[in-house]
Amino acid sequence: MIRAGYARPRADQLYAPPHCRALAGTGTVRTVVMEPVVHFRGAICLLERFPALAGVDLDVAAGEVVLLQGPNGAGKTTLLRACAGLVPVITGTARVLGHDLTVDRRSVRRQVGMLGHSTGLYDDLTVADNVRFWARSAGAGLAEAEAALTRLGLDGRLRDVAVARLSSGQRRRTSLAAMIARRPLLWLLDEPHATLDQAGRDLVDGLIADAVAAGATVLFASHELDRANAVAHRSVTVAGGIVQDGCTASGAAGRPAAPPVSAHAPLGNVANVP
Amino acid sequence: MFRDAALVAGKDLRLEWRSRVTTNQVMPFAVLVLVLFAFALDPDRRILVEATPGLFWLAVLFSALLAIQRAFVVESIDGVRDGLRLSGLDPAGIFLGKAAGIAVHLLALELVLGAGVAVFYGAHLGSPVLLVLTCLAATTGLASAGSLYGVLAAGLRVRETILPLLLLPVVAPVLIGATQAFEAGFRGTPADGWRWFGLLAVFALMYTIIGLFAFDPLLEEA
Repeated sequence: MIRAGYARPRADQLYAPPHCRALAGTGTVRTVVMEPVVHFRGAICLLERFPALAGVDLDVAAGEVVLLQGPNGAGKTTLLRACAGLVPVITGTARVLGHDLTVDRRSVRRQVGMLGHSTGLYDDLTVADNVRFWARSAGAGLAEAEAALTRLGLDGRLRDVAVARLSSGQRRRTSLAAMIARRPLLWLLDEPHATLDQAGRDLVDGLIADAVAAGATVLFASHELDRANAVAHRSVTVAGGIVQDGCTASGAAGRPAAPPVSAHAPLGNVANVP
Repeated sequence: MFRDAALVAGKDLRLEWRSRVTTNQVMPFAVLVLVLFAFALDPDRRILVEATPGLFWLAVLFSALLAIQRAFVVESIDGVRDGLRLSGLDPAGIFLGKAAGIAVHLLALELVLGAGVAVFYGAHLGSPVLLVLTCLAATTGLASAGSLYGVLAAGLRVRETILPLLLLPVVAPVLIGATQAFEAGFRGTPADGWRWFGLLAVFALMYTIIGLFAFDPLLEEA
């Protein structure tokens, strides 16, 4: 079911690797093998001289919800930022949504949404101003911004309140609204439940479910393992800058199956992949 | 690029509309500078009149520092810079948008200061066309160079204090050229001012072009 606030990606937003695009427009039906949305092998990221990621191996299949767990300073946030193309991967393999981050880490940015520790909001603008700006900056329309505001419960009196006057939980909701208005294909969430009340936490879980139902993939870090494990299809442990277990999609166990990694898809679905 | 520039400039103007920082803080500061100069030089009215162009542009320059600092502080707190990098906005468009937003603030400021020098200093607008075009060229140069150094300074821990040190030497040609052009404009001898206007136009063009290409790595790495 698609709920308000997160529309199913258009055909031209669906992700498929380059070899699928080459077949587009032939009018035939063939097997389309989807490569992982996230594919890291031996990925190393340096923060100044410190190896925050020291050889990460990780696969995340399309439609999966993967929890990153591990102690503080383990590299979870750096891994999320690397997936977003915000931190350079200096060696190893790093492909996200088909983009080789070691060659061009900027190309993936427009297709991912990231919720970090900071809000990424302008304090002096209203909630609606912020969500509209970030939606439009990513090429989305005002309709998506309004739907996101409604989905996050920000369409009432809060929409015209300056962000500086909001509580931390309300800011978090605004950040989430700004993120989902962009309709990202890959959600990168760092402690998404932090600072939210019970209703807000339930809302985040619902948003993740909606996103996956609409074809997106979710990678998130959390220390609230009970709640996070209930949402995730599988979890991986990060420690010392490496993924210690569950690095591949085949490691999933006991969770709802992720959408198939191969599918018979009419090529018309990928005809307009950018 | 121009769509992104319009989006960023519109956002910056909306930020000013909501916060009124330029209106309530930068403009009063600029007027205060003019008034203090007037107090300091009032006993010798002749010097005050002669120094009017330089004092006008010094007041603009000091106020521009505040406006530029403000324009980039809002982009560097609470993860906004990451948001800009993730947004997919063309960095050249962000540069043009930031420069345009700063330029609009500065032009409004110059309008107020122009009225100020006419009232406090008794300045006579002898050649208004030269004065207006000088304002446009100098403002474009200040906004372009300011955006370039503003994003550079915003990424540094000492951003509050480093911007004047970086920017003031660079915009010295704007101060000199605009002051000379204004002197000619006030005297009503525009022929003396057009070559200085040319210098300002070249400076503005040069920094706009540099900014279009250099803003991206600065936003990325600063």
